[in-house]
Amino acid sequence: MGLYVSGRLISPGRAHAPALVLDEPLSLWGGLDPATGRVIEPRHPQHGELVTGRVLLMPAARGSSSSASVLAEAARVGTAPAGIVLAEPDLILAIGAAVADELYGIQVPIAVVTPEVLAEVRTGEPVDIGPEGLTAD
Amino acid sequence: MRLIVRAAEVLEADRLIPITGAHVDSCLYHGQATLDFVYRLVDGGATVRVATTLNVGSVDLLHPELWRGDPDLASRGRRLMDQYRVLGCRPTFTCAPYQLADARPVFGEQVAWGESNAIAFANSVLGARTNRYGDFMDVAAAITGRVPHAGLHRTAERRARLVIRVGDDVPSRLLDEDSLYPVLGIVVGRLAGGRVVAVDGLPHGIGEDRLKALGAAAASSGSVALFHVVGSTPEAPTLTDALHGAAPEEEAVVSMDDLRQARAELGGERGGPIAGVSLGTPHASAAELSEVADLLAGRHAADGVEMLVSTARATLGEVEETGVADRLREAGAELLVDTCSYISPILRAPYGPVMTDSGKWAYYAPANIGAQVVFGSRRECVESAVAGHVVRDPTWGST
Repeated sequence: MGLYVSGRLISPGRAHAPALVLDEPLSLWGGLDPATGRVIEPRHPQHGELVTGRVLLMPAARGSSSSASVLAEAARVGTAPAGIVLAEPDLILAIGAAVADELYGIQVPIAVVTPEVLAEVRTGEPVDIGPEGLTAD
Repeated sequence: MRLIVRAAEVLEADRLIPITGAHVDSCLYHGQATLDFVYRLVDGGATVRVATTLNVGSVDLLHPELWRGDPDLASRGRRLMDQYRVLGCRPTFTCAPYQLADARPVFGEQVAWGESNAIAFANSVLGARTNRYGDFMDVAAAITGRVPHAGLHRTAERRARLVIRVGDDVPSRLLDEDSLYPVLGIVVGRLAGGRVVAVDGLPHGIGEDRLKALGAAAASSGSVALFHVVGSTPEAPTLTDALHGAAPEEEAVVSMDDLRQARAELGGERGGPIAGVSLGTPHASAAELSEVADLLAGRHAADGVEMLVSTARATLGEVEETGVADRLREAGAELLVDTCSYISPILRAPYGPVMTDSGKWAYYAPANIGAQVVFGSRRECVESAVAGHVVRDPTWGST
């Protein structure tokens, strides 16, 4: 019996990948190295984790307005997360994903769900992002 | 325009509104994607339709010899900066466009600004209206002249949700110290996250340079885009005004302990020898440059201490006229424009220890360039540069 969620997509696309749950918001600029796909912010609890091929879940994006560029660059290089799930909409990440789609035809779906739903998902669990929102088993 | 419409969908805005100015941060190189994007715009024949200033890029175009990194990276950074000029943006290359007399939006003006400290300053200190526009979106707004009618463009969204009071245990002499403001900003950003915040309990009529330092720090540790300072910022003559007459959703008090802890985290209690001093983040105003020259008072930075002061090329032009630039150079200071020392390979000894008066520099430099940071007041920075090791004054009552 899957947990079905009617979250909304702020960036279109589909993803099916294991979850990586971040305990704190991450600024992709200064926080994600697009060359390696790893979390590089030393203070972050998930420092060193690989986001590539995983669905990144965090309560909110944080900090720099340059995070859009970092997401687009990670998509170009092939190190971007398979998808992103947030508890509040983030314009900066949505625009980064839109530019990756415009320039390279690469979609990074971004879903927005309630904080309660976000708290249900554990790292490693397979999750789906599709037109209907987030689905997790 | 597709990006602007996407943004309106994300923000659930009912319509687009016109803007009269933009500040574009997309000119800082973050990989091939940033170049691919600008070439797409240039090849499509796009130009900006509102007055648009540019944020810092990777390279000091006036002093390219200061670059110490990979020449290929410098050339990519320079190409990106050049292409934004082709789009019709002004080559201001500063993170503090609000310090340029002909680029300051007026109270109530609708604009689209990028660069977190500039966004915070435009909203809070000038009373202009912008959301936090990230890379790509800022230039898309400048080209279309439109933004979604949402967030801080709307009067109701500018109401303070959180009230932060400066505690009674913070001594009044500290309230008149420059170094309080970046430290307080770090605490404010952490408490506020992305919420509109009102800070109460500070002296009235605080100057722009202190508000700049507070906002830049708050936009680093948090996502603060609008902060009201009661008695100092234009939408907060009183706390009631900042709250639009409503009750705050949350209240917090900043104690002396909170401030001490934040200052210590920035490196405010470190001592010992230093390899460099970096001032001017955000870009120094003419008044700040003049103050640094006065503090140096004809003395020279110690051997082995690199002293960098970042400012806008326009401000450098101003202080060349007044002789302040020469006084700084004679004291051994290097004047950096168009970029900043924590985003590009500029410092001779980036690992430091590097001393700074900036909460923002202290916050980002450890991860960005690997620097060990010592935080201090502007006066402490200058005295330490001259001595070659950290010199503290008794303001904070420690070390």
